[in-house]
Amino acid sequence: MSRLSSELKQVFWVIAAFGALGAVTPFFDDYTQTIITRALVFAIMAMSLDILMGYTGLRSMGHGVYFAFGAYSTAILVTKVKGVGLLTLFGAGLGLSFLVAAFLGFLAIRAVGVYFLMITLSFSMVVWGLAYRWHTVTGGDNGIAGILPPPLFGISLQNPVAFFYFTLGVFLICLGLLYLLVKSPFGKTLVGIREGEARMKMLGYNTWLHKYLAFVISGTFAGISGVLWAMLNRFIAPTDVELVTSVEALLMVALGGPATLVGPAIGAAIVMFLRYWVSTFIERWYLILGATYIITILYAREGILGKVEGLLAWRKAGREAGAAIPRVQKQPEEIRT
Amino acid sequence: MAETQPRLELEAVSKQFGGLHAVEDVNLRLREGGRHGILGPNGAGKTTLFNLITGVLPTTSGRISLFGQDVTRWPTHKRTAMGMARTFQITSLFPKLTVLDNVLLAVQGLRRMKLMMFRPLASYKDVYEKAEKLLTDVNFWHLRDQQVRNLSHGEQRQLEVVLGLASDPKVLLLDEPSAGLATGESREMADFLNSLDKDLSILIIEHDLDVLFGVVSQITVLHYGKVLLEGPSDQVRNDQQVNEIYLGKG
Repeated sequence: MSRLSSELKQVFWVIAAFGALGAVTPFFDDYTQTIITRALVFAIMAMSLDILMGYTGLRSMGHGVYFAFGAYSTAILVTKVKGVGLLTLFGAGLGLSFLVAAFLGFLAIRAVGVYFLMITLSFSMVVWGLAYRWHTVTGGDNGIAGILPPPLFGISLQNPVAFFYFTLGVFLICLGLLYLLVKSPFGKTLVGIREGEARMKMLGYNTWLHKYLAFVISGTFAGISGVLWAMLNRFIAPTDVELVTSVEALLMVALGGPATLVGPAIGAAIVMFLRYWVSTFIERWYLILGATYIITILYAREGILGKVEGLLAWRKAGREAGAAIPRVQKQPEEIRT
Repeated sequence: MAETQPRLELEAVSKQFGGLHAVEDVNLRLREGGRHGILGPNGAGKTTLFNLITGVLPTTSGRISLFGQDVTRWPTHKRTAMGMARTFQITSLFPKLTVLDNVLLAVQGLRRMKLMMFRPLASYKDVYEKAEKLLTDVNFWHLRDQQVRNLSHGEQRQLEVVLGLASDPKVLLLDEPSAGLATGESREMADFLNSLDKDLSILIIEHDLDVLFGVVSQITVLHYGKVLLEGPSDQVRNDQQVNEIYLGKG
């Protein structure tokens, strides 16, 4: 019972935090608003990668692929088809990333560890190559400009604040769905595969299928971030979908805390803040990003949120241990952490 | 009531790693309620044999049947679905998950709901009740929120067996259940194994002869991958050749 209530408490705090974000953002200047919206877009990408990397234990360097398909499908549809609606854009972006992930999954899931990393890295390179070379469709290195977001139920999304709220809404829907996923029986099997795949097979799980489904779901959600990104920047070019995008997504998950969902969203906020705000003061902002990453790996391998959770659990255990002294009936096993 | 066909049958099963015959021409039958031991010095091919039976490794030749069905080419999870379970010599639980989560994963392994994505696991009452029963039976319920890596070695060995039992198997393969246990703990393990359902068929690898002779009625002795001897445990216990191998005079 206590476990359930502590989970409800977590959900409450997350909702409160995003409610606060929604309340204060309109009062910031335009540039800060844009950074926050960008962070939310990348947060969706980082959370989707977390399903694969944090929960299932498969580190992918190919998440830029679905981002690219989402972004380019949106760019092409908006610029080529008159009066295209949001539903079509999301349908196309999601459908494409779903199909691409379903295909790439067959190639990638047989590999593990560094081999999985290399295969997914090569996917990234191929897709970047496509974006760069296939001039007739992608505009090559000129990119595609003028991607104006269509209205939502008659409300224009071309106003930055409106687009921020729209992005926040999409983000919260994704967070809710992914939270449901990790709390489901299927979500638990992913963690089981991460912790001991051989045992999972012996317990009767077709682990290939579970990993494949995680791969496809993760890729499909990453496509959403691509759709939003294209409409937010109104411009898309190969530099948006190069390998760095995939690597940054990986960094966001590692920074924020793998297998926490909200952690990678925080990681996304940190990376975007460094990329767009700190970089206005320091040209070599990658140095700061690198330093942040090294400090995280050295002092908080479980990521920022993982570290905070660990500290809270440690304090709680300490409090309970302290409280157990006068109340003798407490079983000693329950205070071991 | 009694089934006529063996639940598990090996016919001339062999496994070669390059030039090494790890398992050679092994025949074995395990009937309903059968308790069969496998004995042999290190490197005799006992664990390899388990890996062949469970489908972790493909056989080089021979035939493996479960409940009369040829499963020689089946993947592990499909064999488990037939009603087979296994524990490991080197404890292979989910160390960073809690005791309860370990058992929940084991319980849902053969249920369709394992692929359900949009309903919380916590809402499956039957799965939780089954897990609670399994843990209460071994007196582990108060440990449910502990991470498995914080349990003692003896507790972990016992949890290994609990995970094996979670799918209500008809055939249970135990790979050295008492490995690394102290004498008293080994005796507890033997008592625990004897307390299991009498219909359950058990194939057990065990070096602790007290545990082995206390649990099984039939023993196969492996030596360099070949069957040296098969027979009732008394006969094996008094066999000259077996004693020589175990005492190092062979």
